Amino acid sequence: MLRSSQPLTGPNRKRCREDELLLQMVLDKGEQGFIIDTRSAQAAKQARMTGGGTEPKSSYPQWRQLHQPLERGRSLQESFIKLVEACNNTLTNMDRWLSRLESCRWLSHVKAALSTACLAAQCMDREEASVLVHGVEGTDTTLLVTALAQVILDPSCRTLTGFQGLLEREWIQAGHPFHLRCARSASSHARLKQEAPLFLLFLDCVWQLSHQFPFSLEFSERLLLTLFDNAYASAYGIFLCNNEKERCLCKVKESTHSLWAWLNQPGEKRKYLNPLYSPNAVVIWPSVEPQSIQLWQGLFFRWIRSSQHLDEAWGEIQRLAE
Amino acid sequence: VENVRLLDRLSSRKAALGTLYLTATHVIFVENGSEARKETWVLHSQISSVEKQATTATGCPLLIRCKNFQVIQLVIPQERDCHDVYISLIRLTRPVKYEELYCFSFNPKLDKEEREQGWKLVDLNEEYNRMGIPNNYWQISDVNRDYGVCDSYPTEVYVPKSATAHIIVGSSKFRSRRRFPALSYYCKDNNASICRSSQPLSGFSARCLEDEQMLQAIRKANPGSDFIYVVDTRPKLNAMANRAAGKGYENEDNYSNIKFQFIGIENIHVMRNSLQKMLEVCELKSPSMSDFLWGLENSGWLKHIKAIMDAGIFIAKAVAEEGVSVLVHCSDGWDRTAQVCSVASLLLDPYYRTMKGFMVLIEKDWVSFGHKFNHRYGNLDGDPKEISPVIDQFLECVWQLMEQFPCAFEFNERFLIHIQHHIYSCQFGNFLCNSQKERRELKIQERTYSLWAHLWKNRADYLNPLYRPDHSKTQGTLCPQMAPCNFLYKFWSGMYNRFEKGLHPRQSVTDYLMAVKEETQQLEEELEVLGERLANLQKTQLNDNKVKSKQQDQSKHLGLSTSSNSLANTPQEYSNDLKSFPSRSPSQGDEEDSALILTQDNLKSSDPDLSANSDQESGVEDLSCRSPSVGGCLPSEDSGKDSDEAVFLA
Repeated sequence: MLRSSQPLTGPNRKRCREDELLLQMVLDKGEQGFIIDTRSAQAAKQARMTGGGTEPKSSYPQWRQLHQPLERGRSLQESFIKLVEACNNTLTNMDRWLSRLESCRWLSHVKAALSTACLAAQCMDREEASVLVHGVEGTDTTLLVTALAQVILDPSCRTLTGFQGLLEREWIQAGHPFHLRCARSASSHARLKQEAPLFLLFLDCVWQLSHQFPFSLEFSERLLLTLFDNAYASAYGIFLCNNEKERCLCKVKESTHSLWAWLNQPGEKRKYLNPLYSPNAVVIWPSVEPQSIQLWQGLFFRWIRSSQHLDEAWGEIQRLAE
Repeated sequence: VENVRLLDRLSSRKAALGTLYLTATHVIFVENGSEARKETWVLHSQISSVEKQATTATGCPLLIRCKNFQVIQLVIPQERDCHDVYISLIRLTRPVKYEELYCFSFNPKLDKEEREQGWKLVDLNEEYNRMGIPNNYWQISDVNRDYGVCDSYPTEVYVPKSATAHIIVGSSKFRSRRRFPALSYYCKDNNASICRSSQPLSGFSARCLEDEQMLQAIRKANPGSDFIYVVDTRPKLNAMANRAAGKGYENEDNYSNIKFQFIGIENIHVMRNSLQKMLEVCELKSPSMSDFLWGLENSGWLKHIKAIMDAGIFIAKAVAEEGVSVLVHCSDGWDRTAQVCSVASLLLDPYYRTMKGFMVLIEKDWVSFGHKFNHRYGNLDGDPKEISPVIDQFLECVWQLMEQFPCAFEFNERFLIHIQHHIYSCQFGNFLCNSQKERRELKIQERTYSLWAHLWKNRADYLNPLYRPDHSKTQGTLCPQMAPCNFLYKFWSGMYNRFEKGLHPRQSVTDYLMAVKEETQQLEEELEVLGERLANLQKTQLNDNKVKSKQQDQSKHLGLSTSSNSLANTPQEYSNDLKSFPSRSPSQGDEEDSALILTQDNLKSSDPDLSANSDQESGVEDLSCRSPSVGGCLPSEDSGKDSDEAVFLA
């Protein structure tokens, strides 16, 4: 699986021999690869007007293009804000609740993200084909897809250390602009242009997997909640800045502590483990039917509803499993 | 009929080819080929509707919808055969006489005494005793001993001490269907009670002294309060409309010291339509999130569930927190009243959250008080306007509570689903007819078997591993909050999408934890035994250092979820662009999936009775064998099979 940003084809259909060669080298003779573009076909076409575009079939004959539009940017942030508002509004009666849930479209985004990641995984696991994923910049929906696909495909990414490694590779080092994306979250009135909850969407998708496959992830919901918190505000340095370059310039490694170091301490670690975990070597294929995708109550109702009884149940599960 | 295809809703590629059989009691589809002979069995009683669809190039489609929400799509090659099957099914699924029902031919191979014992498992007299009755305030009355006062009530009713036979009879004449106020639940801590009845025949201005005295008697039976609540579970408009027909509701001016309250639960027709709409959503092919949420919203189903729950909460609060007695009624007092009383009882008393207690609850508020099972669930062919998912809604309320309070119930989701299944299956006699009177006339207890005994025998399958009897929450009143966001109602896909295995988590946490619990217990017992042995050995052979304690590893093969093989599942269709993978043939990679489901599900067969006679490992099915093994897709309970000779009568 490869990732990149969009090719700069532009309105004049520019070509780049090196880019074509690079992609050609990935495939064996006669093999087919898939390009998963996280924009709609129309959006991808329109991108040419501003210098971007897609890989033309003639120049990349061995690659088949699939368009899987995923929400990003401003509208994703709006969706998030609307959902949080709906959850906080306890005056809403039952009827309006489902309408509001539907109109904020957050669950549709979860469904789309999971479907796309599964598609990428399916290409690799079932079709045994290579996959190239890109959107516009290669820093948002691209990473969402590649990271999620790995959780689906690779059992080692489902272990605590493996998951940390995945985050390091696919989100932090790959250059997801955390500083810009995770600035004010949902309640702030300031609607920053660059803010978008891609990372949260990723965590939500991982939660959906843990819900559908309760024995397959070594870590629990608590880890996901902790990661969410730290992405926005943290005592640790891993989510600072927007890319490796900035982190180097700011001397992040020298001046801050690592979240992983803290999490991995034996005393702390225990809190983030899933007592039901049982390692398996398979690919986990989630259902993306609407009935299977649930609202992540542990996150969205965290401060609204007492989790006393659910915590009790969780405690009981831990006790039994031990 | 041969060469019939069984389609899968989620993946049109996964069609199975096989043979369709029709017997006197079941529809059976047996899949061809592969050593794992997968079978799908459906009881005729379970079939709600059969639809013949337009013939296409591939054959004639037949859609069978079941009352337990299973939907079976068959494609029969010849139109003629399809028509024959269709006509036969129409006749088979519309029995005219009770004797045609499965329960009269079902034979679980128990002797007469065992059958009797089975019926004695749930004893309502014992239950009222447990509540503390009879006592100074409440007594048993035999005024209805020959069903002379009310033919839909039981022979034994519990009434306030000060309610004489004269008062009861007088009150019954003033109540719709003669269903006078009688006791449903008594709280011995504070003497508050829940009573139930039907609507008064008050019209615009009619009064009845005895009925007013009856309510006074209820109030007097609770010295701790000087008034009672009268809860009418109907919407105000409906209740008012009833006045024009000479019925209606209690006027606070006429009845001393009552506080009247409308709750607003819709009637059976609204509920029937609501379920219909929700099932239509479930049948959508590849719905978007929006389609689903909108569909669910439009059906109004969860709103109705919440209304029933809120009513139960109101009553439970009145009894537990205010110590005030409540009289509940709707129109006839056998639908919404039953729902609301049983929800309230469940909230109030932890006994009803145990397995036995729950059976008692259903027996008390649904069976004995004359809920019209036949009319509502279509045992016999009848008026379609009487059909309504009343008890289904109650069961869903219980499930919603279980989701919010995972440690408070002794039983698990499977228990509820199997009860629902058997209410429609007519395999047991508990839920036949419309009243106790009819059941006794038909001699149900001498000619059929009790579901409760069957469930009780298999209770290990129905336990909730998180339940702890000493738990603080299980000893008191459950208090779900009423505001919607605090108590979010979920779509019960375990019930409404029960047969779509692709939707559910493949590994049951419940089953795993139960297995763990069992194993832990076994090991602990083992440890105890070994400890004793060791102590004995040490006593007799003081100087012998070679005492070997046989610490055999008895870890049972949990067989669930821990091996990779059991988890392997297949991807569904993730892309709208269906032409993505032309290289894939339909069966590719799916064979192992089916075989694995077979092994997996068999290990936790919901009907252990059957496991004895079938070869589970290979799944080879011998149709002549008494107890067919579980079909690949459906645990036996779900497909309604049971050891049964009557099957071959056809």
